[in-house]
Amino acid sequence: MSILELKNLSLTLNGRKILSNLDMDFLEGHVHAVVGPNGAGKSTLAYTIMGLEGYRNIEGDIIFGGESIKGMGIAERAKRGITLGWQEPARYEGLTVKKFIMASSAEKSIDEVEDALRKVGLNPDDYMNRAVDKTLSGGERKKVELASILAMRPKFVMLDEPDSGIDVSSLEKIFEGIKLLKSYGSTIVLITHSLAVMKQAERAFLMCGGKLVEKGGIDKIKPYFEKECLPCEHKNLPDKGDKNGN
Amino acid sequence: MSIRICRTKVIKMEIDDLLKLAGEDEALKDKETAHLTINLNKVVSKNIVPGLHIDTEEIEDGINVKVIVDEGIVIEKKVHMCFGVTHDKALQKIVMEIDVKKNAKISILSHCIFPKAIDVKHIMDAKVRVREGASYSYEEKHIHSMEGGIEVYPKAEIELDKNARFKTEFELIKGRVGKLDIDYEITGKEGSVMEMTSKVSGRSDDLIKIREAGNLIGEKARGVLTSRVAVRGNAKAEVYNVMVATAPYARGHVDCKEIIQDNGVARAIPIVEVKHPKAHITHEAAIGSVDTKQLETLMSRGVGEEEAVDLIIEGLLS
Repeated sequence: MSILELKNLSLTLNGRKILSNLDMDFLEGHVHAVVGPNGAGKSTLAYTIMGLEGYRNIEGDIIFGGESIKGMGIAERAKRGITLGWQEPARYEGLTVKKFIMASSAEKSIDEVEDALRKVGLNPDDYMNRAVDKTLSGGERKKVELASILAMRPKFVMLDEPDSGIDVSSLEKIFEGIKLLKSYGSTIVLITHSLAVMKQAERAFLMCGGKLVEKGGIDKIKPYFEKECLPCEHKNLPDKGDKNGN
Repeated sequence: MSIRICRTKVIKMEIDDLLKLAGEDEALKDKETAHLTINLNKVVSKNIVPGLHIDTEEIEDGINVKVIVDEGIVIEKKVHMCFGVTHDKALQKIVMEIDVKKNAKISILSHCIFPKAIDVKHIMDAKVRVREGASYSYEEKHIHSMEGGIEVYPKAEIELDKNARFKTEFELIKGRVGKLDIDYEITGKEGSVMEMTSKVSGRSDDLIKIREAGNLIGEKARGVLTSRVAVRGNAKAEVYNVMVATAPYARGHVDCKEIIQDNGVARAIPIVEVKHPKAHITHEAAIGSVDTKQLETLMSRGVGEEEAVDLIIEGLLS
């Protein structure tokens, strides 16, 4: 059963059509991958589903749990259980890891915060009182962000380039986190151009130039990585649309 | 070691409440922790430890306080000071003279508490001398009423002798600022280290003016001036950070961040002046609204916009 559906979704930014007539469905409790080269529109798709500022003026519709979320802001969508893990997580001067995760926490308990940190391989004694700022490495911030998502227990989570800027052992922790989220019943969308990340998924969508060019099982999409974008004759340019920017 | 207590029953009750508000009540029970508690112009309680001298003298509308730390004395436990006014209308002048003798070390945590202020003026005028090789750390935390009827004028002139260290942090994030006008000036001789930080959160029609000036006059003197200010509602803030280096290998850094919300207005005026070719000063200043990505990240976790802004500002001022 689909938990989130995109119905003929298009997004135009500065007169350029960045997402073009997307029809996609995400199955409840499944792990999905959205793959494609740089400029394909993968991150834009995640921002649009999350409803970030500047990504809300869409054509078509986004249906979540049978309800249109088209007119909703970020917080309303998050309260329904949608969340996003950024490719480059935000830094916060002075805001502690404890407070950052606690803000997301479903139960608002210290135990839950500590538990989430342990699950991503971070010792709470070492991290609870550290700030989510530049003193954390990129990999540590990725793990702290994943811990905040685990503590939130979302229904639908999009992870944008979860392997970006982290080492091999950290990537294993990220993959374990993805499995945990699945065990919670979360629907997961991995935005990636990495085959290793895509292999964590059960279904995949291949995007190129803001369009959906293929979808199906991992084996069906895998040749994209092996033959470098062969299925879509990728030119790495979004559709410019007509002279009116449509 | 001696304890002198002078208080009426009524004042005691009020001061006890005041100290609880500051979380100081437990620290002041420890006989090995030196402290000084003043309500308006009266010494309510005092405790000193060996090597530390605190003399007080009542003056009209205030009090003179003289603090001396003897040469070579290291005061292990933080000294607690509380300058409170339990009245709703008052003028409180604190004239402080602090002399940290050669190779001595002291750390003071000072609470300035005005929980009922409707029309209160608090003036602090301090002269500080940190002698050769000595170290002085001073934290000043303000707790104000939500009425905004307070004016605070902290002024300090600090002299750092050779290899002396001075660190100060001013914090006013609880209650309304009212009107604040900080004026600190430090001069650092050879090998000295100065660190000045101010953290202020203004709202409504609060007025904030911060002037922090560091003069690096000695070879290898170092200094950092840091300001973190948030203004909401119709609050206004002006931050003047001045750092001047006149000696070889002097190193300084000025860092000012101000967040504005609603109709708040913030100005940052960093002045860096280098008068020696082997000295070096850097500065950074940022003024603006809350960072969009920080805000959207928290909101995407289900945190409401207002709460997310509060969290970000709380972090910045922590």
